[in-house]
Amino acid sequence: MKELLTRLTAAFGPAGREEGIRALLQRELENLGESGAVVDDLGNLIVSRGEPADRRILVAAHMDGIGFMITCIEENGFLRFTPIGGIQVHSLPGTRLRFRGGITGVIGQEKIKEQKDLEFSRLYIDIGAASGKEAEQQVQIGDTAVFNAPLAAEGDRFIAGALDDRAGCALLLETLKRLPSTLPQAVSFVFTVQEEVGLRGAQAVSYRINPQFGLAVDVTRTGDTPEPQFKTPVSLGKGPAIKIKDNSVICHPRVTALMRRVAEEKNIPYQIEVLEQGGTDAGAIHLSRTGVPTGALSIPCRYIHTPGEMVDRTDMENGVSLLLALLQTEWNGSWGRSW
Amino acid sequence: MFLKELSELPGVSGDEGRVREFIREKLSAWGIEHDCDTLGNLYAFKNGSKGAEGGLMLAAHMDEVGLMVSAIEKSGHLRFYKVGGIDEQILVSRPVRIGSNAIPGVIGAKAIHLQKKAEREKPLEVDKLYIDIGARDKDDAAKAVKIGDYVSFAAEAAALGGSFKGKALDNRAGCAALLEILQRDFPGSFVAVFTVQEEIGCRGAKVAAYRLNPRTALVVETTIAADLPEVREKDQVTVLGKGPAFTLQDDSVITHPRVLERLVTVAQERGIPYQFRGYTGNFTDGGAVSRARDGVPTGVISTPCRYLHGPASLICLEDWRNLMEVVDGFIRSVLAKGL
Repeated sequence: MKELLTRLTAAFGPAGREEGIRALLQRELENLGESGAVVDDLGNLIVSRGEPADRRILVAAHMDGIGFMITCIEENGFLRFTPIGGIQVHSLPGTRLRFRGGITGVIGQEKIKEQKDLEFSRLYIDIGAASGKEAEQQVQIGDTAVFNAPLAAEGDRFIAGALDDRAGCALLLETLKRLPSTLPQAVSFVFTVQEEVGLRGAQAVSYRINPQFGLAVDVTRTGDTPEPQFKTPVSLGKGPAIKIKDNSVICHPRVTALMRRVAEEKNIPYQIEVLEQGGTDAGAIHLSRTGVPTGALSIPCRYIHTPGEMVDRTDMENGVSLLLALLQTEWNGSWGRSW
Repeated sequence: MFLKELSELPGVSGDEGRVREFIREKLSAWGIEHDCDTLGNLYAFKNGSKGAEGGLMLAAHMDEVGLMVSAIEKSGHLRFYKVGGIDEQILVSRPVRIGSNAIPGVIGAKAIHLQKKAEREKPLEVDKLYIDIGARDKDDAAKAVKIGDYVSFAAEAAALGGSFKGKALDNRAGCAALLEILQRDFPGSFVAVFTVQEEIGCRGAKVAAYRLNPRTALVVETTIAADLPEVREKDQVTVLGKGPAFTLQDDSVITHPRVLERLVTVAQERGIPYQFRGYTGNFTDGGAVSRARDGVPTGVISTPCRYLHGPASLICLEDWRNLMEVVDGFIRSVLAKGL
């Protein structure tokens, strides 16, 4: 798991510029013997297993992460930028970034009276260029960057940028690796694009796949730190979380009930997640076409959208166990279309 | 070149009929097959509608921001709502036209002599403003206008040096560009859609893209130019005279990398100046089109425009012509070799 997460978090892939991470995922899939992966027009990566096509679960983890895009190269060589996805401006000054070509930059800030008034427009990226001309030889307007934050392991904890949602991608890859060849229903694993800017990849791919059920695998915030910023019952290390709701979806009660039942039968530790803010691909999947009963399996994660995102190894492993057990359970068995 | 006629026609979101009729007459006269849908989008099928689905879609919205009559006061004054994003500061003293009979009116407010100091220090809000049509009382006013009537600016469009000023250039400049392009000969078919209700949430484009299910889309727009003396370069968004602007990302879409690359290639091959839109807020039809069905690779190209959404918006004619040349090249390139 550590080696896989190291590779996945090192790959480049802000929302809308996922070529790097997609290529890595394709290699990882090939190494698992998966040769039939498909890439759609928006860049979603799809791996399908099993039959029949009309009884299919869509399992989604997003490959994109938050990032930064250059909007202006100033005469003095400093770069102005816009955030890609939800980033807290106060966490940024002094942060190291890396561009696709490998160039390193650091975020600096202009003088402001009150630190609480900090805005993105008062920040800039310094790539060490002495002039705009020099900067233009290295980067262009429209180029993107991500946190320069390689993975570190401390005991059972992994720390890295982009664990949101490379942790989910890793969970899917590990599950695929161990998935038996016969399944009670078909499943499509999708590594989606542009989640961080509005669940855009998931919306498109759900239309294409037209599944009977949906399941998003993503990280969720925890409330287990001193005076936590967000009120949530989830802790690190106490098992994967079964989402009840966030701002994008109220998970289908039958799906959450199924998830709880399977976790309890298999003695897999789990937590219940109720999140007052944030969204996941489940938000887009469940509104596709005429509606899709959808749930979400969440990996507890501290310091989301910073260079220091932190997840727990046992949560990841229990997440794999739960997903594996879920996919080997008949979803349609206990209930049909009617309420 | 239709810029003047199109600019002067009233066509607030939801009331695009007169703009649609103008365009429809031209299409009929040129023998271009066309059709209108339930919401009022007008589809122009260049070289016929056969094979139009799954091809190349161009889009420009017909609607403009404006007002709507919300109540008639006893005194005969009209109260109004805003339709779309209008800056209240620009409303006072503006001549307007109301309803299908284009009844003239003027927007009034309490005279400066009577305003308290605090009132003078901030712009007047909509509920402190009214439209005066010269009626003696409510009954008199009700003979000419009714609640729900749309209100648009009365503003003459005219050349201004090498520039062009008028109301609603966002996005009649885009409509005019598509009309010019539709008159040219092309070696294949594409669909140009004149969409409705962009300014209030890209509603027309959403259904148009669903209907056409295109493989590639280019939205032809008009965007902010804030190239004014007191605005720093990084905050100018676009600059008049530097060519059409390509959107990198905004709140609704990250331009598909292949579309962006093709736009840049076309502009470079034809020696046309271009710029990137240096601001990533706001939305356009690009967002709605890119998310239709299973996703559409979509780009947005814009004519830079000062004083957008006002009665005297201003574009550089050279930018507008250059935009047409890039769009022309893009169409030919996509028809020749796909995206």
